[in-house]
Amino acid sequence: MAVTVKIPAQLRVVTGDEDEVAVDGGTVGEALEAVFARHEDLRERITENGDLRRFVNVYVAGEDIRFRDGLDTAVKDGDEVQILPAVAGG
Amino acid sequence: MGLESLRCKECGADYPLDASYVCEQCFGPLEVAYDLGGLDAGETKRKIQAGSRGIWRYSDFLPFTEHPPAGRSPLEPGLTPLVRADRLAERLGLREVWVKNDAANPTHSFKDRVVAVAIAKARELGFETVACASTGNLANAVAAHAAAAGLDSYVLVPADLEEQKLLATAIYGTTLVGVHGTYDDVNRLCTQLSEARGWAFVNVNLRPYYADGSKTLAYETVEQLGWSLPDRVVCPIASGSLFTKLGRGFEEWRELGLVDGELPAFNGAQATGCDPVAEAFGAGQQTCRPRQGPDTIAKSLAIGNPADGPYALDLARHTGGAVDSVTDDEIRAGIRLLAETTGVFTETAGGVTTAVLAKLAERGDISADERVVLYITGEGLKTLDATRELFEMHEIDPSLEDFEHVVEQDRAAASGTVS
Repeated sequence: MAVTVKIPAQLRVVTGDEDEVAVDGGTVGEALEAVFARHEDLRERITENGDLRRFVNVYVAGEDIRFRDGLDTAVKDGDEVQILPAVAGG
Repeated sequence: MGLESLRCKECGADYPLDASYVCEQCFGPLEVAYDLGGLDAGETKRKIQAGSRGIWRYSDFLPFTEHPPAGRSPLEPGLTPLVRADRLAERLGLREVWVKNDAANPTHSFKDRVVAVAIAKARELGFETVACASTGNLANAVAAHAAAAGLDSYVLVPADLEEQKLLATAIYGTTLVGVHGTYDDVNRLCTQLSEARGWAFVNVNLRPYYADGSKTLAYETVEQLGWSLPDRVVCPIASGSLFTKLGRGFEEWRELGLVDGELPAFNGAQATGCDPVAEAFGAGQQTCRPRQGPDTIAKSLAIGNPADGPYALDLARHTGGAVDSVTDDEIRAGIRLLAETTGVFTETAGGVTTAVLAKLAERGDISADERVVLYITGEGLKTLDATRELFEMHEIDPSLEDFEHVVEQDRAAASGTVS
């Protein structure tokens, strides 16, 4: 599945200012792995022991993946995977 | 003495003091790091006492190099009443309860504190437009302070907010945007917008500064208690920012020697219809499971994904407090209890806080010698619908006889109830 992973401003220092990365993957986890393969520094910044860090939110088509299957959430062709900081609001 | 940097709460990385809020290394939240080492306690105390009648008297502890900041709006919040509530204490079988009535602020909630700080910072950083994601009280405050400061503003809220909160926002001439969705949806949108627009989102890219405005509630409490600490505080939790910054405020003054004693026990209050922090507390977890589809009359607390959840849990635990939640019926009863015993009419969030105090008292969690402070963060007139069914009006013709009948009915009703 070809999906687009949207990179938040705070991480673009790693992607050379790219604000999105087009990758293949059947799940959110696979899509992120494909992004890490291109930008290894991203892995440590948003994951810890194979899971997302606690202040990282990931959305597929606007829905928080924790309300679906986390990193195992399936993605389909053309989906947008959005990484956003979880420290806003209130 | 002064400001050091923006510092990551998770990994300690330092960043310049600009409009940012997220650590690039680990995605943790940034907060303002102060160097308070050069402050002399006696001199600081005198300076505070000689200061303005509002939050700027504490400007040594706020994120500015200029004291008070030049860009502050003319609406100065703070120094709200702290009133001893003996009738409330008696009703609950407690010895000493104080009500910090923060509805007595320019737009009738504690949000004036954080917004006053954020707007002054926005102007210092050169922003011309301010914005926010809000559950209502923040919307009122941003719209009003932006108007007073002459800045453009955009206020984004869930479209199904209480009418009073929408009206009391739009009147200030802001651009009010009702989003179809929950607060968490609004928050996500604002997080995206804060990248796309060069605006100051007070609770997104200015959040580190904004949050520090809440510390002033702790400072005022200490000052109004004659430079002493309460034994316990009961405070509502939405994102957990107010709760944790209240803790920080007390800690800073203890470290500086402005006040002696232990940190109070911190009791957090949530509504059962949206209680991710209370749930995590009860389950012994370090982080909160986000809540989808909040369902409570306490809309100002309906944040399903609380940014400061882990820190609120930590504070409640290490001070010997707790985080509890209460039902909508308990919230209505809480609003009524506070009004009947103190003359303070609070919105639903204050009903949550009062109901949690009642719950703690009933559970025997509060010992006989404790001094408790209850934080009432918003005004009852903002959520009138919540109280609509609690009362009946006696309608009469203008005759003495009819009136006598009302008095008889009233006495009969009073003698039939225990309270």
